[in-house]
Formats: sequence, structure tokens, C-alpha cells
Amino acid sequence: MPEGYLPIFIFLICAILFPLVLLAIFRYLRPSLPIPVKLEAYECGIRAASNARGRYTVRFYIVAILFVVFDVETIFLFPWAVRFRQLAWFGVAEVAVFLSILIVGYIWAYKKGALEWV
Amino acid sequence: MSEWFSQPWLIPLIVGACILLLSPLAVAFTVLLERKVLADMQARLGPMRVGPQGLLQTIADAVKLLMKEDTVPAEANRILFRLSPVVTFFTAATALTVIPFSGRFQVTDTNVALLVITAMSSVGILGIILGGWSSNSHYSLLGGLRSGAQLISYEVALGLSLVCGVMMANTLSMQGIVQAQMERGVWFAFDNFGLMLIPTMIFLIASVAETNRAPFDLPEAESELVAGFHTEYSGFRWGVYMLSEYISMFAIGSVLVTLFFGGWLRPFPNVAWLEIPFNYGAPVVIFGGFGLLCFYLTRKQPIRGYALGLAGVGALLWVAALVFLIPAFNREAAPVFWWALKLVTVLYLFIWLRGTFPRYRYDQLMNVGWKVLIPTALGAILLNAVVGMARAAR
Amino acid sequence: MTETVFFYCFAALAVAGAILTVTMRNAVHCAISLIASLGGVAGLYLMLHAEFLFAVQIVLYIGGIMVLFLFVIMLVNLEAAARERQFHRSWVGGLLCAGGTGAMLAWFWLRGAGTLRLPPAVQPTPREGGNVESLAMVLFRDYLVPFELASLLLLVAIVGGVMMAKKRI
Repeated sequence: MPEGYLPIFIFLICAILFPLVLLAIFRYLRPSLPIPVKLEAYECGIRAASNARGRYTVRFYIVAILFVVFDVETIFLFPWAVRFRQLAWFGVAEVAVFLSILIVGYIWAYKKGALEWV
Repeated sequence: MSEWFSQPWLIPLIVGACILLLSPLAVAFTVLLERKVLADMQARLGPMRVGPQGLLQTIADAVKLLMKEDTVPAEANRILFRLSPVVTFFTAATALTVIPFSGRFQVTDTNVALLVITAMSSVGILGIILGGWSSNSHYSLLGGLRSGAQLISYEVALGLSLVCGVMMANTLSMQGIVQAQMERGVWFAFDNFGLMLIPTMIFLIASVAETNRAPFDLPEAESELVAGFHTEYSGFRWGVYMLSEYISMFAIGSVLVTLFFGGWLRPFPNVAWLEIPFNYGAPVVIFGGFGLLCFYLTRKQPIRGYALGLAGVGALLWVAALVFLIPAFNREAAPVFWWALKLVTVLYLFIWLRGTFPRYRYDQLMNVGWKVLIPTALGAILLNAVVGMARAAR
Repeated sequence: MTETVFFYCFAALAVAGAILTVTMRNAVHCAISLIASLGGVAGLYLMLHAEFLFAVQIVLYIGGIMVLFLFVIMLVNLEAAARERQFHRSWVGGLLCAGGTGAMLAWFWLRGAGTLRLPPAVQPTPREGGNVESLAMVLFRDYLVPFELASLLLLVAIVGGVMMAKKRI
């Protein structure tokens, strides 16, 4: 493993355990009086009319798929940014071409109304 | 004994333990700061009862949260319901491991430290979505979905503005980024004839949205969604969500400070004669000033004990100011002081934004993310690339 | 020593996650197992000194694609989907195909016993100047055309995604 990652993993395990241990300790100090009404899902006091896990609007899906595309693009830009000076104008031109193709896609999606939330 | 101090694992261990154990305390006082500042902006007093000037209010709140009943809805997916806050917490806390608090105080630094933070914040989204889904309540599910959609929308803008900063620093290591700013002698926010201010502003806006704070606090918009994805959470399990929200504020604020505002560097890092006045003067003025404020407020306390306590806090602040005058201590502590001062400024800005702006509507929020921030960030990358390259070639 | 421990931890995470992904009944549980599996693979990349790939695996797969998966799972009615039969009628055909492929592999394995030799494992070595830096030089110098083509692929993804979701345009 490259240098510097071991502390991250050790810390990660500690950070997972930290809330769990706190919750486990105070389990013996806090009350636990579950009654059916208390365990109902919150619905402003009335009984929930339907199960929450129904169908939801497809717009969330469009946002997610556009996000994946733009996330890939962002990640591709990081290596270039790291070697920005060495790659010089050549690199800038490359990235300009790369981005302009994507900007075309962005404008298309914009025109098609995929970015509208209505 | 001396070989103990030179162990390479000693500083990571201390800093890591500090992050894990002190960050809840830091969160408590940030919440207090937030309540006090908001109260001041709305011309009221805020918490005043617990402790002098309400100083112990959030500590009492924390104890209350730990002692409260922890309910799991009957219809919920029990495993995921319990797991989700932990996911959000550990990702937020782990992001802090690669933040440089000074040249020495840091848990670890890696070649891709900045990407580690991005990775952690993107995994944290899962905790929110799963928490909303597992509760099996309409409000929670809708809150979780909204929150997920909001976070991923603003993550693109956030990533693109990070690319601008990395372009200037030419490294992904956090210490390397600070070092690059020291060599250039200017914070990246003001580099490239001020053009870098564009990605800085984008990062600031996107980070407010990433931490689910007003005016982007749609996921928990209480007027429409009760409490969003954590409607069903109670007691300390809710507390874990709140802790991680504030810890991720610290993390993302630290990234803003490190990448654009020089990290632990003092202002004008290259001007040598400013070192004494800045590194010694600023801590003394700030700690001493707050100490004075404490002494002044002792006269207004309703009971004797509060006055004594406040006087003690003031005395502690003066001791801190005096300790900063010791050169050996100052050398180590001044960078941490600058980092903390910048972070507190950013946090104050976050609170100020919350006190000033009304909440967005959801379609407006998406419009800002997709139609304003992303095109601006793309433009900022190309602009900064061309200008930066022209400067480098000259 | 730590290397070996970490390798087995990540490998176990990847394999166990993959097995649970195909055996769990609840789609959200499947997605979470897949996340665990992808996390294990990310760890394996890190063991091979591919730091950038490690970060990409987490940012893109866990933070991007799995969020998309979870959204899609939540958008459909899970209760109805869970009630449906998991294996549809053509399982006989599937079994025959799997058996045939297995038999073929077994035959080749027995015929050429001893001829299959794995190459010696290459020790991962840290590249000079860091993983991201060397990757940048390779990606932006040697593999210029594939890189630019990747943006075309992303364009296709935008168009496809939007067209699928929005029928009336």
C-alpha cells in the first residue's frame, strides 16, 4: 500500500466505532418504552394512508444520470490539472476540445428541457 | 522518553484522537455560536440560561440527546436505519484526516488527499439517501431523494472549482497545495489577476449546498417536509446526523481555507518582517480581546457562580494569549491558530448566509446548480487555464 | 504483514459483497452489497499503488453510479418487484447453457492439464513522481485520441439518458 493510507484506514475504523460505542454505552442509561403508536411513521398525527415506498418522479433519475456523466468529466480533468504546467498549451487545447464536446451535450440537454425541474 | 517524542506515529495518533474526541465539542460550540449569531441578527438574546451567557447550553443539549429514547419505527428497515447515520458520520470525520492543521499537525498526507476528501463526501451522500429510505415515511423518503439530488447536483460544481485550484497548485496533496501558495506568495483565491475568485465563490456556494445549510436546506425544509430525511430519527441517532453535518462543515470549510485561502499560512506569507506582528500580535489581540469581553460581561451576570465562571473563562483566554508569546510555542501553534481563525471566519460566513437569505424553492435550487454554477465553473476552468498558461509562458 | 492482512480484508469484502449482491432478495440490500464489493476492489487498487484509480473507484462507482442505482431502485415500487418471481421460466435453458459451458471448460482443463501456467505475479512498484502525475502524462500524451473519444462517449450517455427519461421532447 502506498505511504500515508494506513492512518486513514485506522481512523476510519475508529470513526465507525465511535458513534456505535456511544450508542451502546448509553443504551443502559436511556429509557426504552416502545408503544405501537410511538413506532408509527410520522404523519402529522393521523395514520399513514399508504406505504411510503411508492413510485416517485423520474426527474431524480435524470439528475442522477447527468451527474454521473459530469462527474466522470470532472475526474478526467484532475490529472490534467496536476500536470497543467508540463502539458502547456497542448494540454489546454486538449481539454478545450474535451470540454467543448461536453458543452455541446450540455446545451442540447438544456434546450431539450432536461435541466428544468418542472 | 525522547525517543517516544520522535516516533513517526505519535503526531498522527494525537491529531487523530483530537479530531475524534474534540470535534463533538467543537460542534457543540459551533452550534452555540450559530444560535447566538442568529439571535443577534434577529435582535434577540439567544440561549442565556444554562451557564454564563448560555455558554453551556449545547453541552446540556448533548447530554439530553444521549439520554433520550431511541425509537426505531416499526415499519422501518432496522439494519439500514441504524447503519445510515454511522455512514454519514465516519465519512465526514475521515475527510478531516488529510486536512493540514499546520506543517506538522496532520494525521496523514497522501498523493491524492484532495480526492480522498471528495471520495468521502460522495460516500456520505449514501448515508442520507439510505437513512431517508429506510425510515419508511413519506417525508423521510422524499427528503432523502431531494437531498441526494441536491448533493449530487452541487458536487459537480464543487469538483469543477476544485480543478481550478489544483490547476494552480499542480498537486493533489494538501500540504503540497499550501506549499505552492507559499512559493507563489499569494493565496489562490486572489491569483490570476483575481480570476480565481470565480471558482472560490462557486466553491463557497456549492459547499453551503453540500452541507445542507440555509438557503439550500431543502432536504430538511421544516415548512414542507417536517425534518426531511431524519424525520424518524430521535435521540442520539439524530444527534449523529447533526454531528456529521457540522463535522462536514468543518471539513469542507477546511478545504476552502486550504485550497483558496492559504491553509495554515499567515496573511502575506512571503513578507518576512510581518512575521512578528502577525504571529504574535493577532493571537494576543484576539484572545486578549475576548478575555476582556468576558471580564466586562461578569458584571451583568445574574448569579455569583456565573460571574465567577465567566471570569475563569476570561482568565483562561488571557493565559492563552500569554502562552502565545513564548517563541517555541508560537512557532508550532501560530499556523494552527491561522487555520482555526480562517475556518471560524468561514463558519461565521455560513451562519451569516443562514441569517440573511430566505430558503430557495426546489426548482430554483436545481436551476442555480445546473444552469448557473456548472456553466460558470466550466467557463472559469477554461478562462483560468488560458490566463494561467499565458502567465506561465511569459 | 499489514499488506497481507489488508489484502485479505479487501479481497474478502469484494468477494462477499459480490456474492451477497446476487443472493439478497431486497434490491436495496443488493445495492449495499455491491457498494461493499466496489469498496473492496477500490482497496485492492490501492494495494497496487494505483491511488488515482482508488479515488476514482470510490467517487465514481460508489458516490456516482451507486447513487444512480439507488435512485432507480427507489423510483420503482419495490414491494411489487419483490413479490414477483425472481427466476422466470427460461431457467431450464439457462441451466443447460451453464452446464454446457462448464462441461466445455472442464474438458479443456482435463485435456490440457499442466499447460496452463499463470505468469509470475508482478510486484507493484511506486512510479517516480506519483501515480496521478504519471497517469496524466500517459493519458494526455500517448492516449490522446481515446481520451477525446471518451468525451464523445459521455455525450452519447447524456443523449441516451435524457431520451430514455423524457419521452415527449
